[in-house]
Amino acid sequence: MNFELNEDHIMMRKMVRDFAEKEAGPGAEERDENEEFPMELWKKCAELGLAGITFPEEYGGVGADYISYAITVEELSRVDAALGVTISAHSSLCANPILLFGSEEQKQKYLPALASGEKLGAFGLTESMAGSDASGTRTTATREGDEYVINGSKVFITNGYHADVYVVTAQMDKSKGNKGIAAFILEKDTPGFTFGKKEKKMGIRSSATYELVFENVRIPAENLLGEEGQGFKIAMTTLDYGRIGIASQALGIAQGAYEQALNYAKERVQFGKPISALQAIQFKLADMALQIEAARLLVYQAAFVANEHTFPVSKYAAMAKVFASEAANKVTTQAVQILGGYGYTRDYPVERMMRDAKITEIYEGTSEIQRVVIAANILKD
Amino acid sequence: MNIIVSVKQTFDTEAKIALNAEGKISDDGVTLVINPYDEFAVEEALKLKEKFGGEVTVVCAGGEKAQEAIRTALAMGCDKAVRVDISGLEDADEWVVAEVLAKAVSELPYDIVLSGRIAVDDGSSQVAVRLAEALGIPSVSSILKLEIEGDTATATREIDGGAEVIEVKLPALFTAQKGLNEPRYPSMMGIMKAKKKEIATKGLADIGFGEVPAAKMSAPKYSLPTSRAGGKMIPGDATEATKELARLLREEAKAI
Repeated sequence: MNFELNEDHIMMRKMVRDFAEKEAGPGAEERDENEEFPMELWKKCAELGLAGITFPEEYGGVGADYISYAITVEELSRVDAALGVTISAHSSLCANPILLFGSEEQKQKYLPALASGEKLGAFGLTESMAGSDASGTRTTATREGDEYVINGSKVFITNGYHADVYVVTAQMDKSKGNKGIAAFILEKDTPGFTFGKKEKKMGIRSSATYELVFENVRIPAENLLGEEGQGFKIAMTTLDYGRIGIASQALGIAQGAYEQALNYAKERVQFGKPISALQAIQFKLADMALQIEAARLLVYQAAFVANEHTFPVSKYAAMAKVFASEAANKVTTQAVQILGGYGYTRDYPVERMMRDAKITEIYEGTSEIQRVVIAANILKD
Repeated sequence: MNIIVSVKQTFDTEAKIALNAEGKISDDGVTLVINPYDEFAVEEALKLKEKFGGEVTVVCAGGEKAQEAIRTALAMGCDKAVRVDISGLEDADEWVVAEVLAKAVSELPYDIVLSGRIAVDDGSSQVAVRLAEALGIPSVSSILKLEIEGDTATATREIDGGAEVIEVKLPALFTAQKGLNEPRYPSMMGIMKAKKKEIATKGLADIGFGEVPAAKMSAPKYSLPTSRAGGKMIPGDATEATKELARLLREEAKAI
C-alpha cells in the first residue's frame, strides 16, 4: 500500500496552489462581499486545463485521474471555496453525465467546449418540492414530433445564468415516479428558458445560484441524455461522482482554515507567550489536524475508487463527502474560535471559511442522505 | 531557432535555512523549486519559440532530485532536457559547474542560451556568465527585454538608475532579470505531457571529462545571521519618550 502522491500529482498541487494563492486569493474577500461571480478566474482556470481534468483527450480533456481532480478542487477551495465549486459543478455535474451517458454525437458536440472551458456547465435537478426526494420532480417534458417541450422550474442551480450548457431532469410520466424522469441537455438562450431568482446565500457567496425557469422550452429530441426514464439513474450516478468534488471542496476549506489558525496561534501572544504554547489551543489544533488527515484519506480513497472502479463509487464518495463536510464545519468553527474576536470579523478569512463550510453538508445530498446511501450500500450485501 | 535554458534547482524562497552537524546548509525537509530567475528564462525561451519556432532544451547540472525542476520546465512547455549528474561533486564551485554545463551545451545546436541572472540560494551570479565565457560567446546580463531580428539580438538591460540597450550577434547568452516577463503556470496538459518528454541523463565521463574537475574555491564555513534582539519600549509621556527615542536613534543606533 502506497500513500504517496505521484510526481504528476505533486506538480499539479504546486501549480494549482501557486495559481490559487496568487490569482484567486487577493480578490476572494471582495468577491464574497459583492457576491461577484469569478468569471475572469474561471477563464484562467480553463486555460490551465482545470475545466477538463478527468475527461479523455479525445474529447479535449486533460485525461488525468480523479486524484488530480480532487487535488485541484481542494487547492482552489483552500483559498476560495466558491471558485472550487464552480469547477466542481461544471466538471462533475454537467460534463461528466454527458461523458457517462451521452451518445457519441452528444460527446463530440459538447465535451470539447466544456473540457476546454470555452463553455461553462451546470446541472438542474433540485426543485422547490424535490430536494432530497427527486420523485417530487414537477418539471415536465413531453415529446412532440422530433422535439421535447419542457415546462417548470429548478432551484438552487450552481453556475446558473453564467453557464452555457445545462443538464436538467424532467418528469415524463408521473405514474412511473422516479422511473418516469428523463435527463436533457439544454443550451442557454433556448427560447422559453430564463433565469429567476438569484439566491442570497450565507456562504460561497461569489458562486452563482439561480432559479431556472422553463416555459414551453423546445429542444431537439437528440438532446435527450440516455433514454427516457433513465433520468433519475443519471442524476444519482452524476451525484456519486460529484460528491468527490464537494468532499474535496470541504477538505480544502478545512485545510485553509487550519493553516490560518495555526499561523495565528504561533504569533498571537497572551499571558506572555504565543497561544500555541497553551494546551487548550494545542488540543484544538491537534483535533483539527486529525480531522483533516482522516478526511483527506477518505477523499483520495473515493477518488481512487472512481479511477479504478474496484468498489462502488457511491459508497466511498458518500463516506468521503459526509466526513469531509463535517470535518470542514468542525475545523472552521474551531479556527474562528482560535482567532477569537478577530476570527469573527471579516478582516480575517476564517469567518468566510466557516460560512462556506456549511453548504458542503447540504448540497449534492445532505449529510443525512449520505448516511442513507452508505447504509443502503452496506446493507445490500 | 534552437534555444537552451540553463536552470538550477534551489530552495523554495520561503524555506527555513538551517546548518547540519558538519556546518553545511541542510536540505532536510526543504521544498525544492526551479530557481525563480530561471523561470523568467524559461518563459522567455518559450515566447521566442512561439514566435520563431524551433526547440527549447533545458540543461541542468544536478543530482537525481533536480529532475523535479527539469519536469517543471518541461511542463511549462520546453521540449527536452539534458541533466548532467554532478551528485559526486558536492564541493563544485561556480567554475566547475560552468565548465560542466559548457561541455553539455557545446554538444547541442544553439542560437540563444538563457538563464536567470542569479540563483536565489547562493546568489553568486557567476555560472551563466562563466558558461558564456567557456562557450566563447557574448553574454548580456540582467535583461528586461529581448528582441531578435535575423542573427541580431537587441537586449535592454537594467543599469544603475536607468536602462541600457545592447545589440549583439547570435549565438549569445542572456540572463533574465525580474520584470522580463511573467512566467506561465505549467498547465494540466503540460504536466501530463512532461513525463513523456526526454530527459537525457549524462555522467561527467559521457560529456568528455576524463577526470572530475577540481574546484578552485572552497567554502570552509557557513554561518546564520545573528537573531534579532528584542525591541525596546520607552516609557513615560509622549513628549519625553519622543526626546529619548531621538537620543537613542542618534547615539545608540546611530540611525540619524
